[in-house]
Amino acid sequence: MALCAKKRPPEEERRARANDREYNEKFQYASNCIKTSKYNILTFLPVNLFEQFQEVANTYFLFLLILQLIPQISSLSWFTTIVPLVLVLTITAVKDATDDYFRHKSDNQVNNRQSQVLINGTLQQEQWMNVCVGDIIKLENNQFVAADLLLLSSSEPHGLCYIETAELDGETNMKVRQAIPVTSELGDISKLAKFDGEVICEPPNNKLDKFSGTLYWKENKFPLSNQNMLLRGCVLRNTEWCFGLVIFAGPDTKLMQNSGRTKFKRTSIDRLMNTLVLWIFGFLACMGVILAIGNAIWEHEVGTHFQVYLPWDEAVDSAFFSGFLSFWSYIIILNTVVPISLYVSVEVIRLGHSYFINWDKKMFCMKKRTPAEARTTTLNEELGQVEYIFSDKTGTLTQNIMVFNKCSINGHSYGDVFDVLGQKAELGERPEPIDFSFNPLADKKFLFWDPSLLESVKIGNPHTHEFFRLLSLCHTVMSEEKNEGELYYKAQSPDEGALVTAARNFGFVFRSRTPKTITVHEMGTAITYQLLAILDFNNIRKRMSVIVRNPEGKIRLYCKGADTILLDRLHHSNQELLNTTTDHLNEYAGEGLRTLVLAYKDLDEEYYEEWAERRLRASLAQDSREDRLASVYEEVESDMMLLGATAIEDKLQQGVPETIALLTLANIKIWVLTGDKQETAVNIGYSCKMLTDDMTEVFIVTGHTVLEVREELRSAGGRREALPVRSPHSCPERPKAREKMMDSSRTVGNGFTYQEKLCSSRLTSVLEAVAGEYALVINGHSLAHALEADMELEFLETACACKAVICCRVTPLQKAQVVELVKKYKKAVTLAIGDGANDVSMIKTAHIGVGISGQEGIQAVLASDYSFSQFKFLQRLLLVHGRWSYLRMCKFLCYFFYKNFAFTMVHFWFGFFCGFSAQTVYDQYFITLYNIVYTSLPVLAMGVFDQDVPEQRSMEYPKLYEPGQLNLLFNKREFFICIAQGIYTSVLMFFIPYGVFAEATRDDGTQLADYQSFAVTVATSLVIVVSMQIGLDTGYWTAINHFFIWGSLAVYFAILFAMHSKGLFDMFPNQFRFVGNAQNTLAQPTVWLTIVLTTVVCIMPVVAFRFLKLNLKPDLSDTVRYTQLVRKKQKAQHRCMRRVGRTGSRRSGYAFSHQEGFGELIMSGKNMRLSSLALSSFTARSSSSWIESLRRKKSDSASSPSGGADKPLKG
Amino acid sequence: MAMNYNAKDEVDGGPPGAPGGAAKNRRPDNTAFKQQRLPAWQPILTAGTVLPTFFIIGLIFIPIGIGIFVTSNNIREIEIDYTGTEPSSPCNKCLSPDVTPCICTINFTLEQSFEGNVFMYYGLSNFYQNHRRYVKSRDDSQLNGDPSALLNPSKECEPYRRNEDKPIAPCGAIANSMFNDTLELFLISNDSAPYAIPLKKKGIAWWTDKNVKFRNPPGGENLEERFKGTTKPVNWLKPVYLLDSEKDNNGFINEDFIVWMRTAALPTFRKLYRLIERTEDLHPTLPAGRYYLNITYNYPVHSFDGRKRMILSTISWMGGKNPFLGIAYITIGSISFLLGVVLLVINHKYRNSGNTADITI
Repeated sequence: MALCAKKRPPEEERRARANDREYNEKFQYASNCIKTSKYNILTFLPVNLFEQFQEVANTYFLFLLILQLIPQISSLSWFTTIVPLVLVLTITAVKDATDDYFRHKSDNQVNNRQSQVLINGTLQQEQWMNVCVGDIIKLENNQFVAADLLLLSSSEPHGLCYIETAELDGETNMKVRQAIPVTSELGDISKLAKFDGEVICEPPNNKLDKFSGTLYWKENKFPLSNQNMLLRGCVLRNTEWCFGLVIFAGPDTKLMQNSGRTKFKRTSIDRLMNTLVLWIFGFLACMGVILAIGNAIWEHEVGTHFQVYLPWDEAVDSAFFSGFLSFWSYIIILNTVVPISLYVSVEVIRLGHSYFINWDKKMFCMKKRTPAEARTTTLNEELGQVEYIFSDKTGTLTQNIMVFNKCSINGHSYGDVFDVLGQKAELGERPEPIDFSFNPLADKKFLFWDPSLLESVKIGNPHTHEFFRLLSLCHTVMSEEKNEGELYYKAQSPDEGALVTAARNFGFVFRSRTPKTITVHEMGTAITYQLLAILDFNNIRKRMSVIVRNPEGKIRLYCKGADTILLDRLHHSNQELLNTTTDHLNEYAGEGLRTLVLAYKDLDEEYYEEWAERRLRASLAQDSREDRLASVYEEVESDMMLLGATAIEDKLQQGVPETIALLTLANIKIWVLTGDKQETAVNIGYSCKMLTDDMTEVFIVTGHTVLEVREELRSAGGRREALPVRSPHSCPERPKAREKMMDSSRTVGNGFTYQEKLCSSRLTSVLEAVAGEYALVINGHSLAHALEADMELEFLETACACKAVICCRVTPLQKAQVVELVKKYKKAVTLAIGDGANDVSMIKTAHIGVGISGQEGIQAVLASDYSFSQFKFLQRLLLVHGRWSYLRMCKFLCYFFYKNFAFTMVHFWFGFFCGFSAQTVYDQYFITLYNIVYTSLPVLAMGVFDQDVPEQRSMEYPKLYEPGQLNLLFNKREFFICIAQGIYTSVLMFFIPYGVFAEATRDDGTQLADYQSFAVTVATSLVIVVSMQIGLDTGYWTAINHFFIWGSLAVYFAILFAMHSKGLFDMFPNQFRFVGNAQNTLAQPTVWLTIVLTTVVCIMPVVAFRFLKLNLKPDLSDTVRYTQLVRKKQKAQHRCMRRVGRTGSRRSGYAFSHQEGFGELIMSGKNMRLSSLALSSFTARSSSSWIESLRRKKSDSASSPSGGADKPLKG
Repeated sequence: MAMNYNAKDEVDGGPPGAPGGAAKNRRPDNTAFKQQRLPAWQPILTAGTVLPTFFIIGLIFIPIGIGIFVTSNNIREIEIDYTGTEPSSPCNKCLSPDVTPCICTINFTLEQSFEGNVFMYYGLSNFYQNHRRYVKSRDDSQLNGDPSALLNPSKECEPYRRNEDKPIAPCGAIANSMFNDTLELFLISNDSAPYAIPLKKKGIAWWTDKNVKFRNPPGGENLEERFKGTTKPVNWLKPVYLLDSEKDNNGFINEDFIVWMRTAALPTFRKLYRLIERTEDLHPTLPAGRYYLNITYNYPVHSFDGRKRMILSTISWMGGKNPFLGIAYITIGSISFLLGVVLLVINHKYRNSGNTADITI
């Protein structure tokens, strides 16, 4: 392990000679041992302590501790600070130690993996950590690459090998690496052992796709590139074995170089807390100054004369100096307003919440067997405040699984599912899928419901046959057949895989390919086609073709591609078929399916020969080869015959539309940022109900220049003001030109006024108050312009006024920029969710990053703060866990500040009666234990377990999420209320006993108001009052809460009596001076009368205020709670009666009206009614009330009293 | 999670089937605790619980308050200030430090007789027994009879730790400032000589203080022997072993000393001085009539504007006179009751306004 930590000067270049450890050793390159752990047994204590004391809070308490050692200042024993400090340090240290232990364990696991290293001419098993730069190691199929290797040779011809780089960049498709020709012949061990080439290359860096170096061997130089490298973290696939030369090891590998420290994220509550703590420090200093001045005056007026009985300390020569000392003394005793346990308690609570997330069964994905994981434990309450969600599309909203769903062949559409009655079947009530058992090579996982297509294949419809033949030939899929009949397809794009699989199941099985042939099993007979050319797909062509010669010798071109491109290249005889197919295509597109058009063309021999010649020439051309090839391709792909069209469903993840609907109701804005093209993105937007036909307008911004974009954005902004009326059926895919035509007249004028308004009102958005639902679709080019400094505000304003925003064709960097933009201007909490390496930047930028685990690699998960395997878990993460976390944290903080002010401020009041001498009111043990024993556990239990409403309710009433977004539960105002309550309590806590005790005597005639009895009385009433208060604050009394609250009280009395017992006093008379005090004091009825009085006076106003608030201005959560209580009491029959009686007249129409499938989410109709009612009475906040009332009016007039209630449910 | 890279991820993150990707059951347990479904009581402040509470508090507090108030009023108490700062006061002469010993006499009249046990207190005002430096200036080990602490008192006792190179016993500012006036009470009867009221000096300290907290140092029979090697506090007239003639009330366990050592919480306080026990016959303990108080004035307080008082008081189940508690209880009880009524009205009005329909569905 010690080797790992070695520090070296930065390298200029790297030299590594194969099979020569001695030579390589002199460079002292890092070994392949990985160390993510921070400590070892010896360094743990000093290093950890050093780290902990870098925290301001801990240093502050250390400073206090030092102050306490000065006898003139010390107003408290040293242990009152050191005990909590040690406790806090210990808890943190234990946590750090456990973390580090697990890091050690995983380091060891990785370091001890076995690999085969060529040493002295033989292959030896070595642990990964012992692999050195310059070693030659052998990798086998499916093994992880141990270090960054130069590929020397492999089992495949030409030194090829395949790797999967999912861990590095998140891409699952396989990549090819090739050894340089001279080394690829070094196939066996004896040759490799003699290999003594030397590699000189760049120093370690983090660029995953760049490598430059040179191999010197046998006096020759060979250039090396990334194409020859195998990087650590990759997995070898489809290659039996390969040999590689270690170039970078351990921490120098590109994988490790990429794992920089992540930015430390803080929550807004954290920041607020730090501000408040600073304020409290200020407050503390003020109190210190007041009391110090008091002390100086007192010592001057009274103290000097009182010296007969109490002379000044030797060092003190003036009242002024005495005041100065008393300032520090008071800082010591009043320091408990900033309790040391605050930070550690917050950490404990967050840790608890993180565990709840990890443990949540409802966020566990059965299929992938992955539970949700809170990878960061410091952000939980921020989950309850999210306002913007930025989501990736592929793999996040969609499963990235393409399913062959429908097809149109020769003008006949297949794939609609009909139920028994001949009606189009809805999802979820599908009959049995058709049986492919006739085909032994069929893929069992493929499902199709329309039997007529299979019939058509079986009766030998030539169009259908040609259709599937095309699908089985025109692709770039690789097949792998491990056992006879067990076919596996390796497709670059999942779309292709789906199409080839469909053909396979319908009897056109693509079996194998060579560079020149394709073998297809057509309805059971193997036919080998000669592959003449592949005209590959690219983004401009948007189509791909193959030219094949069938066994009969006929040459045919098969083409598949995007409809917009292909339909223009058809033979004119296809017009009629084209029309039908276009109808089908529109229909498919409307269902959110991805479509491809298929066509073929017969070529005669001569033409082909001549074309092939030209193609060869074009491909050999020196300049503008791409263009020449493209035009050659263009030429042959014309006058094609239409075969049909396919429709592929980009399968949404389970529950995506419902989740989005619910999150939208919770006032969370969802922006989809995708690298996909606009059509796909918009399709997905529709299928996941982000975009709906009910939307007033969908703005599409696709401009390529700054001016265009500005124009388009302004027209969007302008029209929103100009058109508050709904135009129900605006077609989103309407061509841009038409949109412009429609708007051009208005745009000029309104764009202008809009601009003026923007200037005058700056960020106080006019637009956000605009009624109606809008959506914005913007593509990457336009976004680049929109994100420029002079337009970003305008873009943001427009985008934020829209209900849905879709950015397509965006780069990873742009994703981060968009997030940054919202973060910068909106002061809202943002959450980014994604699954791939391209989402990493946005995940790191957003306040909260969520990674979808389980699909493509783990880059996103590694960068994320939370990870789970399905998008739908987001609703639970936010609405349940986030909301609770926020609620709990707020309640915790309120109470925490309250209890410490109540506790500490008593000293302040007492100061006026003890000559400002910094005498404490309480026993020193009480001060030591108050925060860490007597009051810590109940509030922790509340902070960990409290629930205001059960989890189902927070899903039913998404509006419950709103307080978090508006930051209502803990802000500066709430803080001052807590502080005020604390101070109020402290006043009563001191002055009631003062009033009672001043002249009173005990029932045996002795003095009642001795200092010790007073201390015990105040302490006891304080503990009882704060316990009552936590009892009031706790909304969810589990057995644990009971145990902690009652337990704390019991522990208080137990410790009180123990501390005041004879036994302890006999041992340490000077430490336990309160001997016998508890039993003497607490036996007095007067004392108990005082405690009861204090408690009632402290608690009564709180109860009254809360009751009034509940009655007059209840929160939604109060209402839900109350409803629940009432519902429990009422019998079912009452509810049924009521249900009929109530009409939906008061429902806020916008909430549910456009949600299909919402019924699945909320099981009973009754809940729906309730929630909408509750909503209607709570959404009306001052700012948006007029919109609400407008909407309500609208829905009133729209829904007739009879059917109004049920209508929205059906959608 | 400071590091982005975690070796564990490299292990677990691999695709299933890859070496190292052990298939383990990561399914969370379905327990009520982990799923946050623990059975719980969810209290809510409803009219049904809050309003009765207020009324009940009112109904309980008012009678208690009245009870306390009446009890407190039945207690007889008389307070006589003998600081002597007023020129007319008989003790005025004692303000001068030259007159030693100074004995002054104050006459007073009891209008009503005091029945039952009567307690005699001395009261001090503006005397900061609760000052931080004062409170800590003692050595409980020494007071508990620890021989080593006797000869080597704690540093807390400074500057009253040693005098003339001898340790002070008892050390510290508290002990040094012990109240040392002597008070005697005489009943003036018309026909005979003044009758000295018997004042009991034992039984005025807590049992635990007398028997646990304070102990004389171990050693021979003679108390003087036990305190050998120590010196008296600076202000004291006589050493600690001469505080009283009775053996069980001498030295550290002298009850006057113990009472003094139990420091007061507030600058104005009274400490029990003597007991006047109820007489066996039917006469009141202190019949109404004229009395005089004989004071041996040793304790100067006028330098810091202190006051000295002598208080005679009877006692009830709840101690001495305590008007504050009774009034506080009556006030709080009434407020609670009123609040109950106000809340009831608000709740009632609110319910009538019809808004509750939303809630009570």
